[in-house]
Amino acid sequence: MYEKKAKIMNSLGIHARPASMLVKLASNFESKVELEKDDIKVNAKSIMGVLMLASEKGCEIIIRAEGEDEKEAVESIVELIEKRKFDEE
Amino acid sequence: MKNKIIRGIPVSPYLTIGKAFIYLPKDTTLRRLKRGGNIDGEISLFENTRKKSLEQLVELKSELKKLPSSQPAKLIDVQILFLQDPSFLEDVEKRIRSDGESAEGAIIKFLESLERDFKDIPSSYIGERYFDVKDVGDRLISNLHNEEVSEEVKMGLKGSNNIVVAKRLSPSETVQMKNSDKINGIITELGGKTSHIAIIAEALNIPAVVGVNGLLDEIKSGDEVIVDGISGIIVIDPNEKTKRRFEQKEKEAKRIRDEFFKGRELPATTIDGYSIDIAANIELPMEISYIKKYGAKGVGLLRTEFLYLTSDSIPDEEVQYRFYSEVADTCSPDYVIVRTFDLGGDKIFKTEIKEEANPFLGWRGIRFALSNEGIFRTQLRAILRASAKGNIRLLIPMVSTVGEMIKVRRIVGEIMEELRTEGQSFDENIEIGAMVEIPSICLLADRFAGVVDFFSIGTNDLTQYTLAVDRGNKRVFQLYDHLDPSVIKLMKMTVEKAHQNHKWVGVCGEIAGDLVAVPLLIGLEVDEFSVPPSFIPQIKNVIRGLSLKEAKELLGQAEKKESAIEVRRFLKNELLKRFPSLKDILVEAEK
Repeated sequence: MYEKKAKIMNSLGIHARPASMLVKLASNFESKVELEKDDIKVNAKSIMGVLMLASEKGCEIIIRAEGEDEKEAVESIVELIEKRKFDEE
Repeated sequence: MKNKIIRGIPVSPYLTIGKAFIYLPKDTTLRRLKRGGNIDGEISLFENTRKKSLEQLVELKSELKKLPSSQPAKLIDVQILFLQDPSFLEDVEKRIRSDGESAEGAIIKFLESLERDFKDIPSSYIGERYFDVKDVGDRLISNLHNEEVSEEVKMGLKGSNNIVVAKRLSPSETVQMKNSDKINGIITELGGKTSHIAIIAEALNIPAVVGVNGLLDEIKSGDEVIVDGISGIIVIDPNEKTKRRFEQKEKEAKRIRDEFFKGRELPATTIDGYSIDIAANIELPMEISYIKKYGAKGVGLLRTEFLYLTSDSIPDEEVQYRFYSEVADTCSPDYVIVRTFDLGGDKIFKTEIKEEANPFLGWRGIRFALSNEGIFRTQLRAILRASAKGNIRLLIPMVSTVGEMIKVRRIVGEIMEELRTEGQSFDENIEIGAMVEIPSICLLADRFAGVVDFFSIGTNDLTQYTLAVDRGNKRVFQLYDHLDPSVIKLMKMTVEKAHQNHKWVGVCGEIAGDLVAVPLLIGLEVDEFSVPPSFIPQIKNVIRGLSLKEAKELLGQAEKKESAIEVRRFLKNELLKRFPSLKDILVEAEK
């Protein structure tokens, strides 16, 4: 298992479009990927799960993966959230 | 029993003979599977529906990608991902397998639980996402119904020449039926002349009879039946003599139709040189090709309810804009009169309108539009944008007061301002007219002339409101006839006041397609008739055989008759004197 924290940086948070990007990215990996915020855990490959998390700017989420490509999965999602800021800025 | 005859309301002027196929739709609404029910069947129904919905969304997305802004296409992504969401798939499958839900029940229950979850989320942008999900849910349900109908039909239909016999058919079911080349005719127990099934069957040239009391008790699957859409007669298990007679009638009707068809492109001008425009009533996208085929001068009534009633959700501005533009392009340079949504009454938009005690006196037409301004404005924007080429006119249904037209004009003005700001082009001088369906507008036609550019008389509702008769009510429908002297008088008042004020008048109700009424409408000097496309050739033919002078004389005599029956008998006799060959195609209206 591999996990890492990430802080939401883009101004609108994970709204519809970023959620779609995150789900598509997560679905590329074999590993089971989950997101956790305030003790709520959701499947990162489920659009409804990710939207349900209601992650706004400034909040922290944990990205956790388990499987052969777990490290790669977590790192690329962290990069999408923190470095690429969902290509919004 | 051999040769049993039952009667209903004729709705499309064709005859056919075939084998009865009783169509009993499964009651899908939240149906639960029985113990040991067909679980795998429901799972594969869900899977097929999901795949079809997914294909539609992928296609929609590629359409939206052509737009300058990338935002709309990206929003579709959410819906596409929803349909692939593992938690959605697992949940629905579990509800079917373990809880014994039907595919539809499982989808609906899943959406309900999702709605509750979304409601608990405070953030406003997430709350709105529920609408994306709701949208895709609506699409699934609507596809599911279509899938079920076509499955059912595929299984039930054997060979060709099938006559579909049903209690009732929804618009989408009727269209599904058309998609099968094995269907020759339709008979329903419920439904009236203006019901959707009637309009669609007429448009698609399917012989049909509706409103047949006790139909399903009389007929069984496999029975041989004759469907006479001209007289409304149905013959179950006909004997050889009857069959020969109907075959003869069908042959003759076809010969006359073909004869008229040859003259479809000729102008509608009387012997003494008086000309009127004959336009088409259109509703379905598949009818667009009929405009040219039957020689219509434009579209006198583009009904838009179809966009609503078959999709189960509100069609957006782009979808509407494309439809209106396509019709306008086909007709150019002739005009297309677009009527805004006439919802309510018998055309009920399922989720919006609660049951009313008197729906025909209730929240419908412009009343519904003015209290749902969002829907109305979206439609007006789409119509105005499509008007850029200058050949669209706007028609407002169910107007009863001058104030309503003033409100409509104000809203149209505001939308024009909006479009100007956005740099969108539209017709600055678009004509705005009112449907004449309520007697109040006839009585005050001179005042209405101050707020409309034209009038369009819808005789079906005008007759219903003048005589206070619901045509769908078996106990009173005999009183209904658009040739009633009171209806003729109201039309005359309207045309006179309109012409005094230099406004033009069209007639788009059924009377315009009723051959015996043609001399009356010519005598009234209405400026335009709008009728179902396939009626155009025969109407033009009659007009070319009349003179304005004699039409006025016939009107004068008809006005003095005591009843609709007398008016009809008189006009029919006069017409047959001039056109003996019409005998076999005159829709029988003698009661």
